[in-house]
Amino acid sequence: MRAPRRPPEPVQVVKQRRDATLRALVDGVPYIQFLGIEFERRGDELTGILPFDQKLIGNPLLPAIHGGVTAAFLEVTSIITLSWTYLWKDVESGAIDAEGLAKGGMPRLPKTIDISTDYLRSGLPRDAYARARIVRSGRRYASVHVEAWQDNRDRLFAQATGHFLMPERRE
Amino acid sequence: MADKEKIARQFIEAIPHSRALGMRLADMADGKATIDMPFDEKLVGDPETGVIHGGAVSALMDTCCGAAVMCHPDNLGSTATIDLRIDYMRAATPGQRIRAHAECYHVTRSVAFVRATATDEDAENPVAAATGAFTVEGAK
Repeated sequence: MRAPRRPPEPVQVVKQRRDATLRALVDGVPYIQFLGIEFERRGDELTGILPFDQKLIGNPLLPAIHGGVTAAFLEVTSIITLSWTYLWKDVESGAIDAEGLAKGGMPRLPKTIDISTDYLRSGLPRDAYARARIVRSGRRYASVHVEAWQDNRDRLFAQATGHFLMPERRE
Repeated sequence: MADKEKIARQFIEAIPHSRALGMRLADMADGKATIDMPFDEKLVGDPETGVIHGGAVSALMDTCCGAAVMCHPDNLGSTATIDLRIDYMRAATPGQRIRAHAECYHVTRSVAFVRATATDEDAENPVAAATGAFTVEGAK
């Protein structure tokens, strides 16, 4: 005799918990708000979005997005993707308290050890997108590769590899 | 020569994003530059500690390295970043300004190799270090 299987949770309950966790991660960071970076979620896949704004310009003659903004966008996408991946199991099991997160119980964020950015072409005055891939994540260190593009997914305008110190698990 | 430096200085001071971050050009001559960025709540990356986001330090480092390349005597025009690596050595102390100093340590006809450090008010213990390669517009 098999134990009765738990019925799957209603889709809106699952989505609500995932979206609340993502919002708590992103909305709590002033610098992410300052740059105007947003995140879109498809299942567990995140895409960082940097809507174009005049204050992001680094070279007014071209005009082009500031190299520092590009580096920051790649770093933010890496950190949020790392945190999100690290929280995912608890989000799915329901162990995470999304309401509590929003009220300031934010998990500790990974810390950047180093990040190396390649500028492949100049960032045009339009929206940019980025996705990070966790190459390896151990208990303490993680290595992340992140790519950014604008109009065409295949024409990257920047990519970066970064190393991060993972937060200690809170009990 | 003085004219070229003046144009480079005006260019750096006109960068919209650098202005948005409140950067102030302290010094810029002969392939070296120093830029200050005041602390601001909007630059915080970790709300729990109030520490400034690494990305803001990246923007400061990139601007400062670019300024150093623009005022190098062998570079006749503008510049663009080819690559930039940043090492974060410690968290910057909340409330303190960050100062970046960059210097071109080797310049060829087409590439400038640049090193930079960032410090807060404790100038003995850098917050971050950077190395990068930048484009150079030489004489044709």
